[in-house]
Amino acid sequence: MRCEESRPLIDFYLDGELDALRAAEFELHVRNCEACTPQIERASKLRAAIRESARYFVAPPALKLKIREALRAEAGIKESKPSRAETVAAWWRWTTAAASLAAVALLAVIVTPIFHPRNAQNEIAGEVLSSHVRSLMASHLTDVTSTDRHTVKPWFDGKIDFAPNVQDFAAQGYPLIGGRLDYIDHRTVAALVYQRRLHFINVFIWPAQSSTSTEAKPETREGYNILHWQKSGMEYWAITDAAAEDLQALAKLMQQ
Amino acid sequence: MDKAIDLDRFEQAILPHLDAAHNLARWLVRGGSDAEDIVQEASLRAWRGFGTFRGSDGRGWLLAIVRNTCFTWLRKNRRQDLADEFDENIHSHEPDAPDPERRLFEGLDTQRVQQALENLPAEFREAIVLRELEGLSYKEIGDIAGVPIGTVMSRLARARKRLQKNLTAPVGKEA
Repeated sequence: MRCEESRPLIDFYLDGELDALRAAEFELHVRNCEACTPQIERASKLRAAIRESARYFVAPPALKLKIREALRAEAGIKESKPSRAETVAAWWRWTTAAASLAAVALLAVIVTPIFHPRNAQNEIAGEVLSSHVRSLMASHLTDVTSTDRHTVKPWFDGKIDFAPNVQDFAAQGYPLIGGRLDYIDHRTVAALVYQRRLHFINVFIWPAQSSTSTEAKPETREGYNILHWQKSGMEYWAITDAAAEDLQALAKLMQQ
Repeated sequence: MDKAIDLDRFEQAILPHLDAAHNLARWLVRGGSDAEDIVQEASLRAWRGFGTFRGSDGRGWLLAIVRNTCFTWLRKNRRQDLADEFDENIHSHEPDAPDPERRLFEGLDTQRVQQALENLPAEFREAIVLRELEGLSYKEIGDIAGVPIGTVMSRLARARKRLQKNLTAPVGKEA
């Protein structure tokens, strides 16, 4: 593929509208084309700006309620009062539910200490997940928006007491979009944001307890793919709703 | 009793998409209370026409009704918001490659992006909202807006070109 052919495809590629073969040809071309890279960056920056800045106006709860009522009225269904038998049944359901909840809580108290190391990891994975979701929701994906690692890396100086390894992998299809500070496992951590086509990847980095390197361990939570590894004394947690293979590929690049 | 079962089915298939419906209406008519009225009206119309709902795509089905209600409202109340159809049918030949000298989006603020989006004609706004905020494909957008895929692509391309232009121009100079 040549530039004249790839240029008109940039939007279609970023919109995920190219078939696999054309997408592969496109990627092969732009990987080695310095002229196309800035064009793609422009286009993906515009998309990122829209997604980060444009408000998503969720329906107010009062409106949802009003619509439900209007529908019931139109369908001629009256909101009936529960009978006494139903009330008793509901009370019984609640009581048994509460009892089983209490049992689960008790079990957790007994069992937790035994599984502590695993549990700590589990807790961090939970924090990673909620940080990722929050970063996409609150128009706060990045504190510093730049595809230039020479901008992102110094930005962290003085804000955290370690220097994360900041690299851009735009040529490999994982442009760096920016960075941000986040808070995980009771400490401030660096978050790097990469983009994979329409998806964002958050990579959280902070100093590890030991300097051992570990293989990337995959996990799936609520539909998000998570990878965790250690390298050169740093903890890495990467999370995305992109495909697991895409996340693996980014992890490979970062581990090199 | 049938009605109750139908309403149950409707509530499960269609009502989860009220957020998407409200978001689209709000971007199209740009006024909070107008958008709410439109979503309510569209929901009732959807319920009345629920017998014709065959597919599994409740979101697309509801959004199509919402957008039609919005465009009826726009034609009545805010014609100047609609893209000039005549203009849209002539393929404009603006240069593909924007000026590389303009380095953009550094320090771009939320307010400016929001404003630039609001200044787009309604059809362009619709395409961008469905693509970027709902993540829909060209085909899905075309089905909702009732236009061929080619029109979706041209609306998106032109909307993005305008946004690039407005967001790269120095502050205070955008149209």
